[in-house]
Amino acid sequence: MDRYLRIENVGMTFETKKGSFVALEQIDLNIRKGEFVSLIGHSGCGKSTLLNLVAGLLQPTEGGLLLAEREIGGPGPDRGVVFQNHSLLPWLTCFDNVYLAVERVFQEKKPLLRQRTHKALAMVGLTHAESKYPQEISGGMKQRVGIARALAIEPKMLLLDEPFGALDALTRAKLQDELMRIVENTGATVLMVTHDVDEAVLLSDRIVMMTNGPAARIGGIVEVDLPRPRERLELAGSHRYMELRTTVMDFLYRKQLKQAA
Amino acid sequence: MSALPVPVAPVISLRAAVITSGPHPAAAALAERVDAVAKRRKPASSATGYRRARAPEWLMQAFAMLAGIALFIVLWEVVARQGGRIPGPAVVWKAAVTIFSDPFYSKGPNDQGIGWNVLSSLKRVGIGFGLAALVGIPLGFMIGRFKFLSDMAAPIIAMLKPVSPLAWLPIGLLVFKAANPAAIYVIFVCSLWPMIVNTAVGVRQIPQDYLNVARVLNLSEWKVFTSVLFPAVLPYMITGVRLSIGVAWLVIVAAEMLTGGVGIGFWVWDEWNNLKVEHIIIAIFTIGIVGLLLEQALVLLAKRFSYN
Repeated sequence: MDRYLRIENVGMTFETKKGSFVALEQIDLNIRKGEFVSLIGHSGCGKSTLLNLVAGLLQPTEGGLLLAEREIGGPGPDRGVVFQNHSLLPWLTCFDNVYLAVERVFQEKKPLLRQRTHKALAMVGLTHAESKYPQEISGGMKQRVGIARALAIEPKMLLLDEPFGALDALTRAKLQDELMRIVENTGATVLMVTHDVDEAVLLSDRIVMMTNGPAARIGGIVEVDLPRPRERLELAGSHRYMELRTTVMDFLYRKQLKQAA
Repeated sequence: MSALPVPVAPVISLRAAVITSGPHPAAAALAERVDAVAKRRKPASSATGYRRARAPEWLMQAFAMLAGIALFIVLWEVVARQGGRIPGPAVVWKAAVTIFSDPFYSKGPNDQGIGWNVLSSLKRVGIGFGLAALVGIPLGFMIGRFKFLSDMAAPIIAMLKPVSPLAWLPIGLLVFKAANPAAIYVIFVCSLWPMIVNTAVGVRQIPQDYLNVARVLNLSEWKVFTSVLFPAVLPYMITGVRLSIGVAWLVIVAAEMLTGGVGIGFWVWDEWNNLKVEHIIIAIFTIGIVGLLLEQALVLLAKRFSYN
């Protein structure tokens, strides 16, 4: 299962009014089962495009993607996606938002479906808010519902598109810890887009650093060999943590900024 | 739309966000500035000491409304006393009491109570509008969903929308050869455009995020429609319904004046022929109040179904 997700020589060109725009070029990446991989890069580097390719929301113009030996031909519930802006349907309660996904995926009787939904919401600590509407809860809670919705369908892969980008620092830290716990408990395979270096180092097994677009490529991959379970406070004083952090920072702010200038 | 007391809230939440992000000096400075803005804004809000000296807001509002109505009646009385043919409020009131004491009498097709007349008009509006909804809403969905159809429909809608619905009346009379279906047809035509246009706009306004949710879950077309498209478009549709009903109620009076039969518009014309001016004034008020009630009912409906 070393190559659970295979991204092979993928290129993505968008046809725009001003001609064609090459977003991604020659992307090769394999992700192991149970691995947590982050994509990091400056905005506009195509990291979200790559995630959308894995999600099946976009089709590559070159190369191909395989998940568990099957070609990714379009979006499907074998991948759970958490969007940056939570994307909960405002006319459904938190419960119904998750239920919508559960009902689609599992061919079971209603009580079982409801049980799954309750379980998913309990996992993110939102049992008390099940019957609330998205506009009645905080941003952090919304994002938790988004995570519950993505995980409730027991996907082969969890895809996170800057999941905590819109949250304040304290809430973000709390949700990162929760995500770490959930991923450890479920053994989920995760691909996450982020622009937060600390988040990437804290959560990932590997960090994929993207060069600046257009025609972005993989500029380097950092193995995060910090032992798990990880503790935010312990890591802050760890020498290795600082080293890894510096490596990524160096890539982002020295090499890539210079090129962009 | 009523004015909401919004101006203070975002300031407070912004400040909270600034505080939670830590004791960075720049953040502190920003927090101070936000505070200053909040203080400056405070006197403008109603939650200050100013209010205690005044009467409660709803009482002031009720007073203003009554004052407006009183002024209107006084002006009306003044105009009536100028010696013209316009009856004063007292005369109209007396006639109204007589009319509304027996609104549902029926002495043949040309002499029926005002209740029957209003109900006949409402029935025409209901049928014409209902048909327009049946045609316009699905059409709006399709036009909103497919660009080709939208481009196809755009010039036709743009051209026909400004046409007075009454211009369609002769065509209706020609086709249906009867007054009643022709009037319904005019209502249908004038209700159709707002329904199509608003539904189509609603479909186009659906955030891509919601559609992406549907796509990543691979929901069935039916589920996409019932769980995503329909609820997302519903508020826009209700706006379309509101505009349609408003226009339809305007148009029915004119249409009935031309077609005759039983109906509030015809009643106005009939009373004009009888030179019962006080009855015409009663009809004007009745039309206004029924229109107001229709509008309010739809506002309530819109509130019930808006998810924001």
